[in-house]
Amino acid sequence: MTNELSIAILHVLLWGLVATAALSAVLFTSQRLGYSRLSLPFLVGTLFTGQRSAANVAGLVFYLLGGWLFAFVYYFIFAALHRAGWLLGAAVGSVHALVLLAMLFPLLPHLHPRMATEYDGPTYRRRLQPPGFLGLNYGYRTPLATILGHALYGAILGATLFIP
Amino acid sequence: MTWPSIGDYALIGNCRTAALVCRDGSLEWLCLPTFSSPSLFGAILDRRAGHFAIRPRGRFKSERRYLERSNVLETTFRCEGGSVLRLTDCMPLPAEASGEMNTERELDPEHEVLRKVACVEGEVEVELEFAPRPRYGATRTGFRDCGKLGWQLTGCPFGAFLGTDIAVEADGTQAVLRGTARLRAGDVRWCSLAYDQAEASVLPPLGKWAERRLQETAGWWRWWTGRCHYEGEYGEQVLRSALALKMLASATSGAVLAAPTTSLPEALGGERNWDYRFCWIRDSALVLHAFLSLGFVEEGEGFLGWLLHATRLTWPRLQVMYDLYGETRLKERELDHLSGYRGSRPVRVGNAAHEQLQLDIYGELIATVAQYVDSGGELDATERRLVQGLGRSVCELWRKPDQGIWETRGPARHHTYSKAMCWVALDRLVHLGLGDDRTERERDAVREEIEKRGFNQRLDAYVGYYEGEEPDAALLLLGRHGYQPPAHPRMQGTWRFIRKRLSRDGLLQRYPQGTGYDGVPGSENAFAPCTFWAAEYLANLGRRDEAREIFERLLRCANDVGLYAEEIVPGTGEPVGNFPQAFTHVSMISAATALTVEKTA
Repeated sequence: MTNELSIAILHVLLWGLVATAALSAVLFTSQRLGYSRLSLPFLVGTLFTGQRSAANVAGLVFYLLGGWLFAFVYYFIFAALHRAGWLLGAAVGSVHALVLLAMLFPLLPHLHPRMATEYDGPTYRRRLQPPGFLGLNYGYRTPLATILGHALYGAILGATLFIP
Repeated sequence: MTWPSIGDYALIGNCRTAALVCRDGSLEWLCLPTFSSPSLFGAILDRRAGHFAIRPRGRFKSERRYLERSNVLETTFRCEGGSVLRLTDCMPLPAEASGEMNTERELDPEHEVLRKVACVEGEVEVELEFAPRPRYGATRTGFRDCGKLGWQLTGCPFGAFLGTDIAVEADGTQAVLRGTARLRAGDVRWCSLAYDQAEASVLPPLGKWAERRLQETAGWWRWWTGRCHYEGEYGEQVLRSALALKMLASATSGAVLAAPTTSLPEALGGERNWDYRFCWIRDSALVLHAFLSLGFVEEGEGFLGWLLHATRLTWPRLQVMYDLYGETRLKERELDHLSGYRGSRPVRVGNAAHEQLQLDIYGELIATVAQYVDSGGELDATERRLVQGLGRSVCELWRKPDQGIWETRGPARHHTYSKAMCWVALDRLVHLGLGDDRTERERDAVREEIEKRGFNQRLDAYVGYYEGEEPDAALLLLGRHGYQPPAHPRMQGTWRFIRKRLSRDGLLQRYPQGTGYDGVPGSENAFAPCTFWAAEYLANLGRRDEAREIFERLLRCANDVGLYAEEIVPGTGEPVGNFPQAFTHVSMISAATALTVEKTA
C-alpha cells in the first residue's frame, strides 16, 4: 500500500466520522426542536429488533458504519472527478439526500420489516409509520433538515478528503 | 359541556404519565410525554381545552370499577331501554417502561391510550368525539386521514395518531373527529391513541392484538400487586391506594408526584389553585414508608435513589420540591387563556413555593434515610457525606423563620412543626452515627426552644408558631416522628386543642381559616391527610374505636373507585383540589397500618 493511499484511507476514516457526527447533530437537533421526527438510527435499528432502546443502540452503530462506508463512496466520486472542495461535497451531499428522500423513503415500507403501509394498516410486526414522499410524514421540515445534514456531511468530506 | 365533580374522574396511567377519565366516558386530562408536560387533553381546566369521549348516544347511567388488582378502568353504561355498553380504558405499559425485557415483544409507541368499547346487552349507538388541543388548549391542530394507519394529528411537533375501527370524520373546522357506530350484543370496537415525541410514530394494531395489550397490562398490574405483603384490615382500600401511588411514580426517574393535575381548586371559584405535578421532599417520608411497609422494596429504593440524586443540585441546602428529574427551576406562571375548573382562576403551571424556606423538609428527608437504613438498606460513602452535609445545613438554618409545611405565602414565622422536624433531622443523624458533638448540642437546643416557645401553657397545647395561639394539625405527626410519645400529656393536650379548633363535620382542617394564617385570600375545606393523621394518632394512642370512626368516615369520602383528592367539603364529602393526591393516599395507608398494628398489639 502506498503512503498516499494510507493517508487517504486514514482521512476517510477520520473525516467520515466527523461528517457523520455533524449529520447526526443536524438531524438530532431538528428532532429535539420539533422540526422533524426523522431518526435514521432508529429506522436502521428497527430493521433488526422490535425493542426501542436496543434499536436505537444498534441503529447508531450501523449508522456510524454506514457513515464511514458512504465516506468511501464520496471519496471515489471525488477521485473520479479529480477534484474535491466543500462546494462540490455539499452538492454531492444534497443529491444523496434527494435520492434518500425521493426514491428510498417511498420504497421503505416494502423493504423494512417493521414498517406499516397505508394500504394494509398496522399489523403485529409492521407498526412503524412510513416516512412517505420526501419524509413529509415525519414533519414538513424533514426534507430541509435531511438536505441540510447531508450537504454538511458532503461539505466536510469535500473540504477535508485527500485526493491523490 | 357541563362540569363534572372532581370525584367523577378516575385515573389511568403508564407510570410515566396519566389520564383522567370521567364517568361519562370522556377523557379530559392527559399531559404528554411526561406528567408535567403541557396537556393534550385539558377539559378539566377549560371545556374547550380538549377531550376524547366515547359514550352511548342518549341518556344513560354509569357505574365504574377498576379490574381486579389493576389500574385498568371499566365503565358500564346502562342505557334507556335496558341495553348495556362497557368501556374499558388503560394506558398499556411498554415493555421497557414496565421493566420487562421480553425480546419477543414488538415495537410499542412511547405512550398509548387504549379504549375498548363492547356492547353487552341489547343494541347501542356509540358516539366518539376526539378533540385534542395541545399546549393546554393553546395550539390549534388539524387531522390527516392516513387510510388504514388511522388519523394523524397535524400542526404539532410530536407524532399522535388515532387508530379506530369506528368510522370517523373530521368536522368542518378540522378541530374534532366525530364518529358513530351501532353495536349489538357481542360487538367490540377499539380506539388507540398513539404518541411519539421525536421519532417515527409506532402504530399499534387493533383487534386481537389490542386485546392482548389490554390483558398484558391488567396482568402486569396484578403481578405488581402480588408483591404487596400487607395483611391488615382494609386491605382492598390499601391496595387501591398503593395502585394509585404506583401510577404517580415515574418509571423513568423513581420520583413520586404529589398529584397528576394542576389548578383543580381547593375551594370552588377561589384562587387557591396550584400545580402539583412535582415531587415534594416532605411527601417522600410518607411515600417511602408506605412502599416499604407494603413490601414494595424496589419502589422504595428507586425513590430514595431519586431523592439523593435530585437533591445534589442544591446540596447542602434543600429545595421544597423538584421536578421528576431533579430540575430546580419550577417558575410559576398563569395560563390566562383557560377558564379554570368551574371558573376557578388563575390556572397556574410551575410552583413558586419552590423558592420558599421550609425547614421541615430536612427532617423529612433524613428521617426517610434513617428508615431506609433501619429496614436493612445501606448508604455508600457519597450518600453518607450528602446526609452529613444536610445535617450541617440544619445546624445553620434552624433558628430562622420559615414558611412551614403549609407553604404559607405571608411573612415567615417560627413554625413549631418546622422546628420539631429540625430536631428529628439532628436526632436521626445521631441515630445513624453521622452526627458529632455540635449535632447533639443543636438537637438539644432545638428541643429546649420548642418546649419553651412552641408550647402554650394556657392552651395546654403545642401551637402552630412560636408565641402564637393557633393550632396546626401537622403537630399530630410529632408522635409518629418520635419527638414526643402520643400519650404524652402535651400531645394529648395538643390533640384536644386541634380537635376543638379545626374539626368540621368530623374532618380536620390543617389550620384556622379566616385569620390570615396562610396569607392567601379565601378559605379552604377539610384537609384529608390531616384527618387520616388524627386517626393514626388515636390508633397509636390506643383509642381504637375513635380512630376507626374517623378512618371509616374518611373511607366514605373516597370516590366510587377509591381515589382521594387533597381536600373534602365538610357536609357533602365532595372531593376538591388536585386529584388524586399522593399525600392523602399515603396518609391513608399509614393510618390503616397503625390501626392494624394497634389491633395486633
